[in-house]
Amino acid sequence: MEGPTVQLVVTCLVDALRPNVGRATVTVLERAGCRVEFLAGHTCCGQPAFNVGMLTEARRMAGHTLDLLDVTQGAIVLPSGSCADMMARHYRELFAGTDREQQAERIASRVRELSQFLVDDLGTDLRASCDGCLIAYHHSCHGLRGLGLRHQPEELLSEVAMAELEGSDECCGFGGMFAVEMPAVSAAIMNEKLDRIEASGADTLVGGDISCLLHLEGGLRRRNSKITVQHLAEALAGNEQ
Amino acid sequence: MTSRPVTFLSRAEAILGTREAQSVDQGMRHLTEMRDVAVAEFPIMDALRDRARVIRLHALANLDRLLSHFADQVIEQGGEIHFAADAEEANEVVARILEATGSRLVVKSKSMVTEEIELNAHLERRGIEVVETDLGEFIVQLAGDTPSHIVTPIVHLDRHDIGALFAEKLGVVETVDPTELNQIARDHLRQIFLRADAGISGVNIAVAESGSVITVTNEGNGRLVTTAPRVHIALLGMERIVSRWEDASVILEVLARSATGQRLSTYTNVVTGPRRDADEDGPEQLHVVVIDNGRSQILGSDTAEILACIRCGACLNVCPVFRTVGGHAYGTVYSGPVGSVVTPGLLGMEPWWELPYASTLCGACEEICPIRIQIPSMLLKLRARAAAEGRLPGWLERGIRRYTTTVYTPTKWERAKRLAHWITGPISRDGWIRRLPGRGSGWTAYRDFPRPARESFNTWWRFNRGS
Repeated sequence: MEGPTVQLVVTCLVDALRPNVGRATVTVLERAGCRVEFLAGHTCCGQPAFNVGMLTEARRMAGHTLDLLDVTQGAIVLPSGSCADMMARHYRELFAGTDREQQAERIASRVRELSQFLVDDLGTDLRASCDGCLIAYHHSCHGLRGLGLRHQPEELLSEVAMAELEGSDECCGFGGMFAVEMPAVSAAIMNEKLDRIEASGADTLVGGDISCLLHLEGGLRRRNSKITVQHLAEALAGNEQ
Repeated sequence: MTSRPVTFLSRAEAILGTREAQSVDQGMRHLTEMRDVAVAEFPIMDALRDRARVIRLHALANLDRLLSHFADQVIEQGGEIHFAADAEEANEVVARILEATGSRLVVKSKSMVTEEIELNAHLERRGIEVVETDLGEFIVQLAGDTPSHIVTPIVHLDRHDIGALFAEKLGVVETVDPTELNQIARDHLRQIFLRADAGISGVNIAVAESGSVITVTNEGNGRLVTTAPRVHIALLGMERIVSRWEDASVILEVLARSATGQRLSTYTNVVTGPRRDADEDGPEQLHVVVIDNGRSQILGSDTAEILACIRCGACLNVCPVFRTVGGHAYGTVYSGPVGSVVTPGLLGMEPWWELPYASTLCGACEEICPIRIQIPSMLLKLRARAAAEGRLPGWLERGIRRYTTTVYTPTKWERAKRLAHWITGPISRDGWIRRLPGRGSGWTAYRDFPRPARESFNTWWRFNRGS
């Protein structure tokens, strides 16, 4: 069966800090029957600049992204709710009333977060498996409230043992540059989250955004915690990537 | 106002880890739970929120007409209307009314707009005694503190703090029993109510069609303030108005549920004009002071929608930042997500431009807002304004600029990633960095930072999958 062609955007953080998540995403998409294309020239969606309010820089990056993706076909899939939210929702605002308005609209309508694409578009029967694990899932804010992702990751994890994580839809305190601008506040929010993750009894923390996950994993390491951290793509790919 | 450190971060750091922070977090979670229960048993809540949004946006779009109609109606009902362009004018109007009526002792019900214009301090300078009668505000006044939340002003204190305060200031035997504490305040305030010359209240909703002002309270003190003394002065933030009674009823439904999880506040107090001949009680004079104080400026800006706020406080209650540091960290009257939009609008960007950055942009505020105000989007607009005005710290502006230039050019980005991997070698262990220099030290003060990968995804793709 010939599946759809998808355009993979791995995000700058995955590219530089967690390339394994990008590889796992390729594995999962191919297992779901997709033909995966990747644009080597693409780097960042422009969210860091957008979120601090530097719109000239944000438009420059976003414009570059639009131009690259506009010559491709098919769904644009990202292993990140936050970057997908940036491209699906904020590109429209960023370019409203400019000559890129229609281009932004075209690209935005093709953007899918990984779990959203797998479940809503493909109706995949892929499920994460993890023998003997107890998983806590952290719903990252932009995917959850920006794109409305909740049932998608839950379906993909429906065959593994899940720990009950109190406040799994509450912010982890990362917030992009917020974590650097106001580190003490960011860390205080994080520590409350980590207390709850530890209290859940989970041995594995899974989430859909590497940004939040690296912040949480960095905090878990500081506590000498034994809890391991995985991106949803890694949980789905298992050991075969 | 009490003097506090100058930046959000320094104020926040002073609060983190204290009992104040703990009390706020507990209080906020409790209020949110009560709100969720109240909404769960009320299936039409979402439809009413849509309706409330339409009502409030309609009011903002027709504000001039509504205010003018409201003013006519207040006069028609025998009241007097005053318009104040700023805090100074509003304070002066109130002081003159009090002086003209020979009022020396004033009782107040809870009102954020009077906090905003710092009315108490102004009146005290004029030799007028002002007593807060909302239990929370009474405690704030007694302690010389400031409210830490727009609905629950003493959420940062617990009963031990209050017991000690009452013993010290009121000369009573120290107790930590909430019922006894309540009784102490009640006994004390009742005597003052009987002697008061004038009452000052805020306004939750003004109704244009009848010239009525509505205040909601849970203690009944608001009703005493507006009926017992000879003179009642109601201070109205100029945006807190609706056209008709049926609009007001929608706002009341969503307000009480969102604020405290109540179906309706215990007291919904409506004042339409002063006492008539046949009335058994009520003030001889009713004055309504409509206050602008920067609101027109917000109305003409890209954050105008924030004026649709009904001050339920729900966005504070769910905000991860507010829960962690409480209202005092914001350094001003309106705190939390709504305050971070309102304050730079009312008081100016300097030094308040930093408040929109005191947010993780998690979106919980917009999700819970009964008016569905797009708070995160307005925080972003204010950030863009701050950046365009050149207010960002140099390290941040340079950092983002440098980052953008690097990621814009793939070859530069490749080089940067390789370089980052190699230079972090000596400071990394097991792929993690324990201490970063410069601005990165803020991150590593609390958490490890991942060492950039040896082989980026781009490189892996090129060698393994590239054509």
